[in-house]
Parts: sequence; C-alpha cells; structure tokens
Amino acid sequence: MRRRITNYFIFSLTSLCALLAVSVLLFILGYLLWHGGRSINWAFLTQLPKPVGESGGGIANAIVGSGKIILIATLFGVPLGFLGALYLVEYGGTRFNFAVRYAADLLNGVPSIVIGIFAYTLIVLRTKQFSAWAGGFALGIMMIPTALRSTEEFLRLVPRELREAAYALGAPQWKVIVTVVIPVAMRGILTGIMLSVARIAGETAPLLFTSFGNRFWSHGLNEPTASLPVMIFTYAVGPYDDWHQQAWAAGLILLLGVLLTNIVVRLFFRPRTA
Amino acid sequence: MITPENLDEQESRIPQMRFDPMQAEEAEEIPQLKTENGQTPAITLLKTNLPEGRSPNRVLQAVKVSTEHLNFFYGQKQALEDICIQIREQCVTAFIGPSGCGKSTFLRTMNRMNDLIPGARVDGSVLIDGRDIYARQADPIELRRRVGMIFQKSNPFPKSIYENVAYGVRINNLARSRKSLDEVVERTLRGAALWDEVKDSLHKSSLALSGGQQQRLCIARALAIEPEILLMDEPASALDPISTAKIEELIFELKKRYTIVIVTHNMQQAARVSDFTGFFLIGRLMEFGDTRRIFTNPSKKETEDYITGRFG
Ligand SMILES: Nc1ncnc2c1ncn2[C@@H]1O[C@H](COP(=O)(O)OP(=O)(O)O)[C@@H](O)[C@H]1O
Ligand SMILES: [Mg+2]
Repeated sequence: MRRRITNYFIFSLTSLCALLAVSVLLFILGYLLWHGGRSINWAFLTQLPKPVGESGGGIANAIVGSGKIILIATLFGVPLGFLGALYLVEYGGTRFNFAVRYAADLLNGVPSIVIGIFAYTLIVLRTKQFSAWAGGFALGIMMIPTALRSTEEFLRLVPRELREAAYALGAPQWKVIVTVVIPVAMRGILTGIMLSVARIAGETAPLLFTSFGNRFWSHGLNEPTASLPVMIFTYAVGPYDDWHQQAWAAGLILLLGVLLTNIVVRLFFRPRTA
Repeated sequence: MITPENLDEQESRIPQMRFDPMQAEEAEEIPQLKTENGQTPAITLLKTNLPEGRSPNRVLQAVKVSTEHLNFFYGQKQALEDICIQIREQCVTAFIGPSGCGKSTFLRTMNRMNDLIPGARVDGSVLIDGRDIYARQADPIELRRRVGMIFQKSNPFPKSIYENVAYGVRINNLARSRKSLDEVVERTLRGAALWDEVKDSLHKSSLALSGGQQQRLCIARALAIEPEILLMDEPASALDPISTAKIEELIFELKKRYTIVIVTHNMQQAARVSDFTGFFLIGRLMEFGDTRRIFTNPSKKETEDYITGRFG
C-alpha cells in the first residue's frame, strides 16, 4: 500500500515536471504569437526599417544580415570542427585527442561575450570597421566545438565492422574514410551541424560589437550589418511602442526559423532505421 | 557428403599433415621443392577431397600459406603462441576450438587485419606463396586485395546490392567500363549463389536482404576482386540452418578456385566442409591434420575431449 502511494506520488511529480518543461516552450511561443503575431505581414518581412520615430517598416535587412553572418560562421566553423573531428577519430593519438576534446569542451563553455571581445579585438579594431566578417567569425568560433563534438560522436557510431569490411577489400585508409565512414555518418553529422546553426542563430552578445547593426542594407560583408538578435535587442529597449511590437514580431520570426530548422532536420536527416 | 567412400584404403598412403613443418620431411612420398628463398616446401603430394567429392585422386596441392613460429600479442597479452602451420591451395582448412582461444586472431594475421588494432604486435612470420607478408617492404593494402575476408557478423555497406559488390572493384580501379563492372557484379553474384534472388533488386538497399542473403552478399563482395585466399570467420554462426547449408554448399563450390580458411565453433560444420582441420586451445595450435583423421583418430587428448564435447 505504502509502496503504491510512493509510486503514485513519484509518477505524478515527474509527469508534472515533464509537462512543465514542455509548456515552457508552448508558453514562450504563445506569448510571442500574442504580442508579435499581428505585426507580421509581407511588408514586415520585405521592407527596411522606417526612419526613427515613424511607425511601420520591416526587418528585411536584419533577416538578410543574419543570413550572411550565419553563412560566414558556418563556412568558418563547420569545416574546422568537421575536419578536426575526422582527425580525432581516424588518426589521432589518445593523448592529443584528449587535449583537443578537452579544449573543445572548454571553448564550448567560454561565454559568448568573451568570444565577442576576442573577435572585436582581432578584427574590428584592426580593420577599424564593424562588419559581417567580424560577426561571422565570432559565431564561427562558437560553432567549432559543437560541430567537432557532434561530428566526432557520429563518426564513432560508424560500426567497426563496416570499416573492417572496406579495409579487407584493400581500401587504403583515406578511401575507407571517404567512401564508407563519412557517407554512413553523414546524416548524423548534418543533423548536428544544422542544430548548431540553429543554436548560434539567436546569439546576440558577440554581435553587438562585431557586426553591430544597421538600419539600412549593408553592401558586401565589410559594413556594419543588421541581424535579428541585435535588432530585437535595440527595439526592445527603445522608447517607442511600435518598436516593442516589432521586437516581439522579430523574436517570433527568429524562433520560428530555429524551430523550423530543427523540425526539418529531424524529419529529413533522421538516422536511418535499418 | 564430401568424404569419398574409399578414403580408408587410401589413408595409409597419404602423408599426414604435421603442424610442425620441420617434421614434414619424415613423411614418405613428399617431393620436397624449395622456393627461391628456400623457406617453404612448396609442393607436397597429398590427397584431397575433390570438387565433385567423388573419386579420390592424388592431387598436387601447393602450400599457399605457412606460418613459422608465429606469436601474437594484444599489448602485453599473448594471444597466439608459436604457431607453425602449412595451409594448402584449393583446400578448405578449418579451425576449431573453444571461444577466446585465438582462432579469429590467427585468421586476421593472414590479411594483416590486426594491424588496425593499436598495440597489436606480430612476431615470427606468415608466408603467402613463400613471401613474408610482414616483411618491411610488404604492402598490407596489396595483401588484402589477394586475401579476402568474410566476417562473423555480416557487414554489408548501407548501399545498394550492386554498389556493395562493385565496391572493391571500384576502389581498386579494376573495371574499365560500366559494362565490365556490370559483368563483374553479375558474375560474382552468380558465383555467390545470390544472383537469382537479387537480380531484380540490384539497386535496392542491401540492408533489406535477409541475414543469410547479406552474408552471401558479403561473400560476393569479397569475390568481386578475385582474391586468391578467402578467410571466413564463423561465417554462418548467426544464420539459420537453411542459410548455413547454403553457405556450406557455396564453400564447397568455391574451393575449386580459392584457398579457403574457415573458423567455426561448429564441429559438424568443420567435418562437413573442410579437408584439413586445426584445433586451437588457449593460443596454441594443438593439433592439425586431415579432417577425417582429426575427427576419427585425434592424437591429442585435448582434441579428443573437445571433439567429443567434454569441454568447450
Ligand atoms: N582487440 C583485442 N584487444 C585485446 N585482446 C583481444 C582483442 N581481440 C581479442 N582479444 C583476446 O585475444 C584472445 C583471442 O581472441 P579471439 O582470437 O577473438 O578468439 P576466438 O576467435 O577463438 O574466439 C581472447 O582472449 C580475446 O579476449
Ligand atoms: Mg572469433
């Protein structure tokens, strides 16, 4: 009897917590929809911001800017993480592996604002210019550890039997890697990379003093560049009600983008069950 | 099913296999030939079960693989101890023994698969066609093209059936055109007795095949690059009796062209398919010889105990 009660109690408690965990997401989504939903329309997505003080206008430049920055970050962070992981799994000695893995975990723990300062000192101060490059560099650094660790994880999941099958057919190591290991791990690796993209998409702190912001289109990659998170920050703390509205709406767009990426990735890159 | 009926009357004239090559010279009727480096008696006269399994003839079978005082270590742990053996061409040689006694390890020394294990070390020599495959200038990649391997757990690539068979041909650049690749794929799938079952689904995933079909696909994949030796590590241990029978039939067919070395924990299987049998016990080759003799008249007590099921 006592056991049944305890059992029931634990069951209720844990299921309640599970429910709470899920409802936090739903609550945030609902809140954003409530406040920002009605500001979203075609003009909002395709127009530039109106001059300060006027209402209306859109966030097209921030959407495109975020796209540029994320692209740079991906092109910089993913190859480094991917090839590094390949080295760890396929070639590395255990001592060095340990050092690299540990460094990656530490890097993962470095606060994003510190990475922002680093990029600021290294790029912005040197080029005397806020730019998409600087923002992309900062976010790219943040992608390295996640790309490295998730790639490593999925490379390690490739069964030893498959590698051996290829070796037994006279494949040299690089061919085993290129023709068997990477194709088998590819879905998992892509999933990991897409998820890490989704994660950095919302980073704000490192962008504040690297890509800065821009109320107009930025041409090329060498100008201050608008991005969704920085725009949300600026509008949210600004004095106008219309800005607050737009900040909610931009937040909704950002969240939807991240959720969509997650869902698409999970649907299409779901590890094959065979 | 394999054993010729009148084997017994021939038995006395057959030189017995010894696992110590030094003793081979005592046997009668063995014309001793030396290879260039003088290491291996290359040809020995012996009777083997013929492909048709009927008339017992005396056939010249050369030594394909031989090992001399082979020791093997996983780090500090010694897994093989002083193995000396001669494996004949176009014969099936089976290794039996309790699990963990080094059968797989021994098999994998013959295609240098153990090179991939960190800390693994070989001492002594393994000769194929009289040449030491662990010599400094020997190339393990080239070796593995000549020595195919079938694993205990079938391991087709998660690609199409066609791509599995074509894999070795492709990476070794053995086919000149798509057409000749198609031919190789068909020929090897026929050779592995799988063609009729898969000819309409060549481009479907290999993972959709049954366990037995997957294992035959792995055999086809190994055969596609035309190896000389086929190493099989308990190839049927995970299969049902019907699939097992198919694999055994296949082995019987394949030995016309290949030297086959098979590890099995199934003694009936060893008796059915092999010409020679070796018995391993804790890293040592306890006894080696004509399969029929090993099973009817083992010379070591341990062998007899194992065969009669008293341990292992
Ligand atoms: N990769 C390895 N590292 C260390 N020891 C191993 C490894 N593989 C096998 N061994 C050990 O070597 C011995 C022989 O193993 P194995 O050749 O697989 O035996 P069998 O195939 O006869 O069952 C066993 O004691 C096993 O634990
Ligand atoms: Mg084994």
